[in-house]
Amino acid sequence: MTATAPKRESFDVRILRQSGPGEESRWETFRIPYEPNLNVISVLQKIAATARTAEGTATTPVAWDCNCLEEVCGACTMVINGRVRQSCSALVDKLLAESPGEIELQPMSKFPVVRDLVVDRSRMFRALERVQAWVPVDDYYDRGGGPNVPQELQEQRYPLSECMTCGCCVEACPQYGKVEVHRRPNESQESYEQRQAEAEEGQFLGAAAISQTMLFNDHATGGMIAAERLDALTASGGIQECGNAQNCVAVCPKEIPLTTSIARAGRKTTWHMIKKWFDR
Amino acid sequence: MAEQRVLVVGGGLAGLAAAMKLAELDVAVDLMSLVPVKRSHSACAQGGINSVNDTTRQQGDSEYHHFDDTVYGGDFLQHQPPVKEMTDWAPRIIDLMDRLGVPFNRTKEGFRDQRRFGGTLYKRTAFAGATTGQQLLYALDEQVRRCHANGKVNTFEGWDFLGPIIDDDGRCRGATAQNLVTMEIRAFPADAVVLATGGCGLIFGRSTMSMACTGSAASRSVQYGAHYANGEFIQVHPTAIPGADKLRLMSESARGEGGRVWVPRRPQDSRAPRDIPEEERYYFLEERYPKYGNLVPRDIATREIFNVCVNEGLSVEADKQCVYLDLTHISREELDRKLGGILHIYEKFQGVDPRIEPMKIFPAVHYSMGGMWADYERTAEGGLAPDAPRNHQTNIPGLYAIGECDYQYHGANRLGANSLLSCIFTGLFVGPCIQSSIESLGESASDAKFDLLLRAERSRKEMEHKQLLERPAGGENPYLIHQELGQEMTKAATVVRRNDQLTAALDKVSELHERARNCSLSDTGMWTNQNVMFTKNLLDMFPLAKALLKGALARDECRGAHYKPDFDMPGVESQDPGERRRQAEMWCDKFEEKNRKWLKTTVASFDAHGEPTLSYEDVDTSLIPPRPRLYGIVGGDIIEQVWKERSISQSDPTKPAEQSGNGAAETSRSPVPATS
Repeated sequence: MTATAPKRESFDVRILRQSGPGEESRWETFRIPYEPNLNVISVLQKIAATARTAEGTATTPVAWDCNCLEEVCGACTMVINGRVRQSCSALVDKLLAESPGEIELQPMSKFPVVRDLVVDRSRMFRALERVQAWVPVDDYYDRGGGPNVPQELQEQRYPLSECMTCGCCVEACPQYGKVEVHRRPNESQESYEQRQAEAEEGQFLGAAAISQTMLFNDHATGGMIAAERLDALTASGGIQECGNAQNCVAVCPKEIPLTTSIARAGRKTTWHMIKKWFDR
Repeated sequence: MAEQRVLVVGGGLAGLAAAMKLAELDVAVDLMSLVPVKRSHSACAQGGINSVNDTTRQQGDSEYHHFDDTVYGGDFLQHQPPVKEMTDWAPRIIDLMDRLGVPFNRTKEGFRDQRRFGGTLYKRTAFAGATTGQQLLYALDEQVRRCHANGKVNTFEGWDFLGPIIDDDGRCRGATAQNLVTMEIRAFPADAVVLATGGCGLIFGRSTMSMACTGSAASRSVQYGAHYANGEFIQVHPTAIPGADKLRLMSESARGEGGRVWVPRRPQDSRAPRDIPEEERYYFLEERYPKYGNLVPRDIATREIFNVCVNEGLSVEADKQCVYLDLTHISREELDRKLGGILHIYEKFQGVDPRIEPMKIFPAVHYSMGGMWADYERTAEGGLAPDAPRNHQTNIPGLYAIGECDYQYHGANRLGANSLLSCIFTGLFVGPCIQSSIESLGESASDAKFDLLLRAERSRKEMEHKQLLERPAGGENPYLIHQELGQEMTKAATVVRRNDQLTAALDKVSELHERARNCSLSDTGMWTNQNVMFTKNLLDMFPLAKALLKGALARDECRGAHYKPDFDMPGVESQDPGERRRQAEMWCDKFEEKNRKWLKTTVASFDAHGEPTLSYEDVDTSLIPPRPRLYGIVGGDIIEQVWKERSISQSDPTKPAEQSGNGAAETSRSPVPATS
């Protein structure tokens, strides 16, 4: 901002609110006194503290998820000015430079809304279970170190292992559809979660989980169950759902080469299918 | 007897390690966490994890040296057997994490690479880029997901621990917790409850800690009679990036990989840092600590940075306290390979590329060395008895504490890259101890006889919740009270502590506590009400805040991170050999006197209103006799000489005293700031 530009005193934040699952959503606008170097988290903290709309009417604090505030936990993901990202690293000065009018916050659209900006992303963690995203060690006793690893392989695996399951990739994916079951009156948390998990069966795994199969198939011990992971990738809701839109890689905050992983997974599953066919 | 179960509260490194080890032992586990466990605060740890390794071993290193560095760095305030056990386990823990697939950085030949960290002269620290905590957390998260898939661990993510359930005999039989979405309050029967709930940084408002690190689980347990130890020992990390919502960590690994801390010699020099010639830069850590340089222990680096800004007026900026942390002399390729994660954070939040321009950093509250008091059972050799039910048990039978929320491993100051180790170690180690504890019970908390106890405790929590929701409008705002609390605590109880300020802070915090009891809620709903959960957390910050301030006020000495200039022991200034020796003798007398009085664990117990009372316990220093911590003190060489002579004359003359090199004094100025 140059010295002659008028000093900004406040800015508006428009937030898509929803009081609970299945409820109607509504927009609410908040006016925030301008300070340099704010991020969206500090804006939401200010809204929580005042709980008043721009018109001055009392409202409830906006609910949102966060934890680390340094873009390493993935919790605070939401759609900000139309683009999915973490609210901790979304800097107000930058957002206002992009769209001077106001800042717009919406919950991610591919997951059931819990309240306001809080969504339920447990489907992503269940997808990790479907593809057995782990190294199947025998036990946790002392058996010496792991296998020797070439620098090149470490440098290939480490970026994939930075995936924080934030959900940006699947939010941007045209093939990933929302799956939402509604809670029944007085239903227990366990029963609701069970029904939600059943509804997700056969639905698309998404880029994050596909990339994790490559992370573990590339590991010497992890690769011992590579065939089982490839089976999971070829089952219903697997890699064949990918429409190659390449949106995932464009929005990944950790710049994980997701499309490279998907392409590799595609080749591996093809070979796997052919091999299985010949082995019959 | 119904099936016995263990409830693990907290899904960071310690909680996950405990859950997977218990599952392996075929114990039924319920794992509870505020956040999906993969989003736990352990993810924020950056630099690495320490152990003696094949390379350092051939350079003279050993488990013993790691043990010695840890207690020396911690100013001897730890009981030594748990630390010895931990450092003995360290190489095996890194091997295990390696087997689990952690992508540790590799040498050209494919071995695990190591970097040097503070408080040691060996390259002991294994690392995965600059997101080692994240990578270790993910490896354990993956294993626990596997246990979950096999039906061995039930996970309860999005639940807040409300308190232990204690029977008439004083044994913990489970816990109450509240679901953050549905607001349901439930009693979880458990034959042992393990708290792995991390630190309490949010008491200071802004810190390097995550938003879940409120300390509330520990606070809720001490309000049921558990003890809290060494609360006054809070680590202030030397290098953080100040922000409006958070002080973001800039890892010690930046210095471990060659980063240099400096300020312009001319106050607030307006030139760009790269235009300031070498001779006009003040590399104050390197000048004052030629041996350890930028890698002195954290408490010392923090005081020096604070001192150079606050007392010497050499802050880089006039209106903001900060110093340069400079990596620009290191190649971009090497920086990206070893420090990519943290450079990315700096770039993203500050909009400046630290590969081109030095970072601006300042100290920030980072770690709680103190925590829940926990027991241990020692062996004749000085380690911990494996499988002993007492290990890590609090003073409430059946209630355990591990990870950052216990107090046992880091004494008065934690060495960098020891926290990931203590978290994973305690999680793995406590498993068999808990198994033997519950095997001896002969009954299960899920037996019908405990129904009434569990139901009563649940009702009590439901009533408390209802009362909070029904508070009249127009009262105090919990978010503003939290800000005030943070300001008070940061002012009085961080880098420099003075008794008048601590006394004033205690009064102010008591007043804030009263006001917090009159908080009104802006949300009185029964669905995902973050307002009421925040208010509960805020109320529970006060008992720990008071214990911290009281402990700091009472402790009239300097030890590790606890620095009181009024009780500092300046070094030996004289140049005359006779006088030097006399002053050194006096210094050592004073040091012995100080240890007689203050080489003690502070133990806080609490009344029903959360008011702490302090008592003191002796520290087990039977394995390594305490010796002066002489990093950078004036005349440290003569003090060390006098001290060595005393130790030899006191010990068995036929047995050479095992002294490691880390105590070697450096000939430079006093490490502590003058009064401002």
